[in-house]
Amino acid sequence: MSSNKKYWKSVDELNGNPLVETLRQNEFVEEIPTDEFLGDKDTLEASQTTRRDFLKYVGFTTAAASLAACEGPVKKSIPYVVQPEQIVPGVADYYASTIADGFDFASVLVKTREGRPIKIENNKLAKAGYGANARVHASVLSMYDQNRAQGPTASGEAVSWGDIDAGVMAQLSSGKQVVLLTQTFASPSTDKLIAEFKEKYPNVSHIAYDAVGEQFALDAFEAKYGVRALADYDFSKATVIVSVGADFLGDWNGGGYDAGYAKGRIPTDGKMSKHFQFEANMSLSGANADVRVPVKPSEQKAILKALAGGSMSGVPEHAKAKVSEALSELRAAGSKGIVVTGLQDMASQAEALRINESSEVIDVTAPRMTRSGDVRKVNQLVKDMNAGKIGMLVMAGVNPSYTLPNAAEFDAGLAKVAVSVACSMRADESASKATHIAPVPHYLEAWGDVQIKQGEVSITQPTIRPLFDTRQFQDSLLKWMGYDQSYYTYIKNTMTDAGISFNKAVHDGVVMTNAFAKAVTTNTDVSITEDAGASTSFQDGGGFELTLYTKTSMGDGSQANNPWLQEMPDPITRATWDNYLTMSEADAKKLGLWFDRSTFFTEARHDANGGLNGHLANVTINGVTLENVPVMVQPGQANGSIGLAVGYGRTTSIQEEMQTGVNAYALMLNGSMTQGNVSISKANGVHEFAVIQLHNTLMGRGDIVRETRLEIFSSKDFTKKDWNPIPEVSKDHQEYAVTSPEVDLWDEFDRSVGHHFNLGIDLNACTGCGACVIACHAENNVPVVGKSEVRRSRDMHWLRIDRYYSSQDTFKEDNEKKDGFSGLGGDNGSLGGFGEMEDPAANPQVAFQPVMCQHCNHAPCETVCPVAATSHGRQGQNHMAYNRCVGTRYCANNCPYKVRRFNWFLYNGNDEFDYHMNNDLGRMVINPDVTVRSRGVMEKCSMCMQMTQKTILDAKRDGRVIKDGEFATACSNACTSGALTFGDVNDKDSDVYHQSQDDRMYHLLESVGTKPNVFYQTKVRNTKEA
Amino acid sequence: MIQVNRRNSFSRIITLCAAFLLAFSSSLFAQIDATTGDADAGKALFKTNCAACHKLYKPMTGPALFGVVEKYEEDYEWLGKWIRNSQGLINAGDARAVKVYEENGQKVMNAFPALTDADISNILAYTNTPVPEPPVIVDDESSSTKGGGGVSNEIILSILGLMLLLLVGVLFIVKNTLKKFAEAQGIEVEKEGVRKPLWESFVENQFLVLVSVIFLLLGSAYFAYGWMSQVGVDQGYAPVQPIHYSHRIHAGDNAIDCKYCHSSARVSKHSGIPSLNVCMNCHKSIGEVAADTQAEGKSEYGVDYNKEIQKLYAAVGWDEASQSYTGETKPVEWVRIHNLPDFAYFNHSQHVSVAGVECQKCHGPVEEMEIMEQFAPLTMGWCINCHRETNVKVEGNAYYEKIHEQLSKKYGVDKLTAAQMGGLECGKCHY
Repeated sequence: MSSNKKYWKSVDELNGNPLVETLRQNEFVEEIPTDEFLGDKDTLEASQTTRRDFLKYVGFTTAAASLAACEGPVKKSIPYVVQPEQIVPGVADYYASTIADGFDFASVLVKTREGRPIKIENNKLAKAGYGANARVHASVLSMYDQNRAQGPTASGEAVSWGDIDAGVMAQLSSGKQVVLLTQTFASPSTDKLIAEFKEKYPNVSHIAYDAVGEQFALDAFEAKYGVRALADYDFSKATVIVSVGADFLGDWNGGGYDAGYAKGRIPTDGKMSKHFQFEANMSLSGANADVRVPVKPSEQKAILKALAGGSMSGVPEHAKAKVSEALSELRAAGSKGIVVTGLQDMASQAEALRINESSEVIDVTAPRMTRSGDVRKVNQLVKDMNAGKIGMLVMAGVNPSYTLPNAAEFDAGLAKVAVSVACSMRADESASKATHIAPVPHYLEAWGDVQIKQGEVSITQPTIRPLFDTRQFQDSLLKWMGYDQSYYTYIKNTMTDAGISFNKAVHDGVVMTNAFAKAVTTNTDVSITEDAGASTSFQDGGGFELTLYTKTSMGDGSQANNPWLQEMPDPITRATWDNYLTMSEADAKKLGLWFDRSTFFTEARHDANGGLNGHLANVTINGVTLENVPVMVQPGQANGSIGLAVGYGRTTSIQEEMQTGVNAYALMLNGSMTQGNVSISKANGVHEFAVIQLHNTLMGRGDIVRETRLEIFSSKDFTKKDWNPIPEVSKDHQEYAVTSPEVDLWDEFDRSVGHHFNLGIDLNACTGCGACVIACHAENNVPVVGKSEVRRSRDMHWLRIDRYYSSQDTFKEDNEKKDGFSGLGGDNGSLGGFGEMEDPAANPQVAFQPVMCQHCNHAPCETVCPVAATSHGRQGQNHMAYNRCVGTRYCANNCPYKVRRFNWFLYNGNDEFDYHMNNDLGRMVINPDVTVRSRGVMEKCSMCMQMTQKTILDAKRDGRVIKDGEFATACSNACTSGALTFGDVNDKDSDVYHQSQDDRMYHLLESVGTKPNVFYQTKVRNTKEA
Repeated sequence: MIQVNRRNSFSRIITLCAAFLLAFSSSLFAQIDATTGDADAGKALFKTNCAACHKLYKPMTGPALFGVVEKYEEDYEWLGKWIRNSQGLINAGDARAVKVYEENGQKVMNAFPALTDADISNILAYTNTPVPEPPVIVDDESSSTKGGGGVSNEIILSILGLMLLLLVGVLFIVKNTLKKFAEAQGIEVEKEGVRKPLWESFVENQFLVLVSVIFLLLGSAYFAYGWMSQVGVDQGYAPVQPIHYSHRIHAGDNAIDCKYCHSSARVSKHSGIPSLNVCMNCHKSIGEVAADTQAEGKSEYGVDYNKEIQKLYAAVGWDEASQSYTGETKPVEWVRIHNLPDFAYFNHSQHVSVAGVECQKCHGPVEEMEIMEQFAPLTMGWCINCHRETNVKVEGNAYYEKIHEQLSKKYGVDKLTAAQMGGLECGKCHY
């Protein structure tokens, strides 16, 4: 009977399709790439090594290896000859310093061990300079970059500094026009020095150039207030924030506004700020906004006009209601309202300044000095160079051959300049074309002073001896002026002359002084009042509108050779190692750049090897074409607009692995970040993305990211039970709260004695900036695995920031939809319903959620480990003993939070993973207090055990009680927005204890009953019922 | 008796008066004379006052002082002035004083106004002590006599072994002769019945085979485990160091505190190998060891300590002749003895400063070690045993007050061990 039955998997098999038979014979469906490791037949046959020889070699090497293994290696220990007084081996020293690379400006503390910097922390004494972003945290690794220029060269040949000086000084005294093309230094001493230089050599002129500039905001501010600087904003004072195309939580105006913003976003006394965002790309600001309206750049202009009190004409239909809501809220807020804009024309920027005149959020008296470039002057320079007018060009901190849209023209001009000197950290695109390279040190090896905001001067001090034969640009200037003085003495004199205690300034890293205030000048340059010409280039003649942006990870691209940053997931798209064209789903479908769901497993949206695939497109503006740009469909992207990140596509002096993406600077015509009239055509081929998170929606599981509205949260009619209930389970037909010991599978431990560490995460304060991710990398020696491994979901991040989109317009509607499912099939069935919920909405709500090991008190991972490699400590931490782990990965399987990471390979000292851990220089960044994990072991967040243990030990040695605020983790230290609070909950006066008792507090997947030591604060949105 | 007493007191008065007069008159005319000085008393004075900068036969911070009386033509008055206040003499423009000052690199010599003429005489007498004959070191003889014991033992053993062999041989010969004798006599020697060999019956007894195989396997597993447990355990590891440094002399004979050199043990996870400038704190003035120490080094350990000090000077770039640093340094590559694996975190300051554990507890009697060696096995079991047995030192430490009170109540003990305090948790040492 049973023999008559035929079982089949597909119709083809039933019909006896020969293909099925062949496939069945193959062990693996996909062909195994044997050729890759075996080589082709010809090479094999041509080889001199026979099989017997091979076996002999194997035998010998095995024998030799085992013989050698009989004796342990002899380790040398070399002490100092004369030990520096302040260095104690094994104890970290902290030095205050300041980064000012022309794009990022921040006051920092540099942690050094045995004289080498290993980590960047925030300098809490700083105000405007407070708040290192992800790039600043990663900058320490950029110093240990083996691709840096290691000594002065002329036409590629190594020369002495004397040769360079002789060449430069000959040009200086020749009387020909000499141009200093530099980054924005914002340095009082450098400004003074350049002025003196120009005085000594009248043929010298200075042009400041920012790769990602704020041309129009600078122009508008200069025209109105007489200083070429940027207005500063204190968003903590704002009750209503309206942003028109300004990603102020990103790098708008130099960034650094998230701390103030987050302060106003935490609901206190039933109040929090309200944030409207009108933008084209889905940005960090948009993702955090209460109300986000996707509008094209051309429409944004109309919205700004409407906000200024003008007519609503030109405002698109779908935005009208929100614009009038924003307008009325702004009016109600009075001086506590603020309008910011990223619109790329001077008129709009001036308009915004005018709207904000009465606002107390804006500060125009002490502006930010972090941008000063002028595209017009650069364009003129390129013309002059091509006309042969320039005798010498000195470039410092800039890379125009890469960052200029007219780079080819610049290169042609550069070839006509007799002497060109690149004072740059690497032989980059521009430096390699210059006649001389005068390498400059990294900021951690250099002296400097920086006025980030007027009235606050930060000091840069070296924390290590220069690794290579480098000389600071300022030292070069002094040398070329014939001075014996070093720049260090120069700064010291500048400070002392201004009545500042230099030693104190160096110690604190920052000093408040008005000594270097910029003189307000009535601008005599007529051209400034005219628009830089960019608005004319913005042609709204149909076609797509492009908004260029900088990624949180890559910024302007100067740190492109930094593997930490390359592998850092973008907060919004969660993609690593790439830039791409972001496009709305509707547009992608129109242009054929959309992978249909039916091809899910074949040519694929998601390929069989795990990653996400995208089409390629050619982007053309005004005759400039960027070819083969991968397209990523971005929910929330305004229809008819596209986004593309600059900072990628670098090719020179960059390791091959880091040469990722396309160079979007080519499209930044006239220095404008928005471009109109863009045409897009489909190109052949498929691009493989490496995206950390492939599942984008919450599927209505509101208990993962819990949220409520401000009205409900602050209303007396609702209690915590209504918006943040503790899940209940049934036992013996009786409902118990899941936290009740009645329904617990485990015995409770007594954690009341000693420390009990908890980490609180406030979802209202988290902007998703990712500084914590990089800080965690630096502190815990987290390896970089590379693009193909990330694509296989083998990323090693101990801390990830999950980003969720709503599938309906809001998460609330998602929850309602899910709860409304009845039955499997049908219109309202869960089968089809869940399928729909996998797709994010066109303009979704966004939620960020940092997730690291939750350090469960009842940890599922601990019970399944066969070798007890992971166990629980009394202080609440879930320990991981790497030396005990045998790599069964049961723990990872049993972890409901998916925070455990497996070392599939040896990531250090392995040529297959040629990132910083594969060279001696890069390995210098490794934290000596944390084990570098080997292949085959599981790893995860340790709650920075090494840091808590250090704090405890210090207290024991001093014989004192630990105060609140002493305990910290790398992530809580890095977070400037106050989203991460770490401490001891047994200390009833601690911040973290109070937070753990807050009504908003909940645990991730509380219903599982794991009782984590990480808790979250319910996100409160300041929205009205739709 | 009374008379005698009186005479004594009289003579005492006279001596006192003479001494008083002498002391009084010393400022008027020189009474310093090396020939009248007591070299032994001078030696003591030299050690307390001069030895910080001077040696007799070698230049140090100041020049060598042997023959200084002769050098300055027994001009005792000048010498006295110089010793009491050389700067005064130089400032007064004394030609010779200025010359000496210039010749010695303008180093300012301390003033010793408190030294009496007699003191100076004694010191000068001491500076006239000729170079002592180096003690004759009879290496070869002493070593051969010392080693003799070992050799004779071996001889006795080998003689005994030989005698045993001889006995066996004799017995064999006797047996053979007896056998031959019996054959010749035609005596039938009764042959033993052909019995089944022992091993065959053993093989047939399957139960026995099973038991012994199990026993053998278990036994070999036990020994294999034991053998494998010692892989990587380097107890007793005493590598040859680039400079023969004797902890016995420094920590033992001279009783220098461990933490004088290994100062970072107090505050850091590393005990720290002292940088060479720490060595030079003392060795700037100790260029040679005492003669008997040198002799002991040669005879007992075959080391020329003075040469080892020279190695230090070469490394730190110290020029003994000019008593200055040349600036040419050559860091010493010590061989690390205690090697904890990277995945184990150990902090010295926790044990040394907080717990007050003696260094010797883990490092053994270092003060007796001529060559430093690894005393403890440094295995995890060794760590843990100590944590189980050792009480936490909580007295006078505000950090421990609360936690100790609560925990001791919880466990019902007076004193908490490190283990009870959480010292056995994996994550405390592995992260």
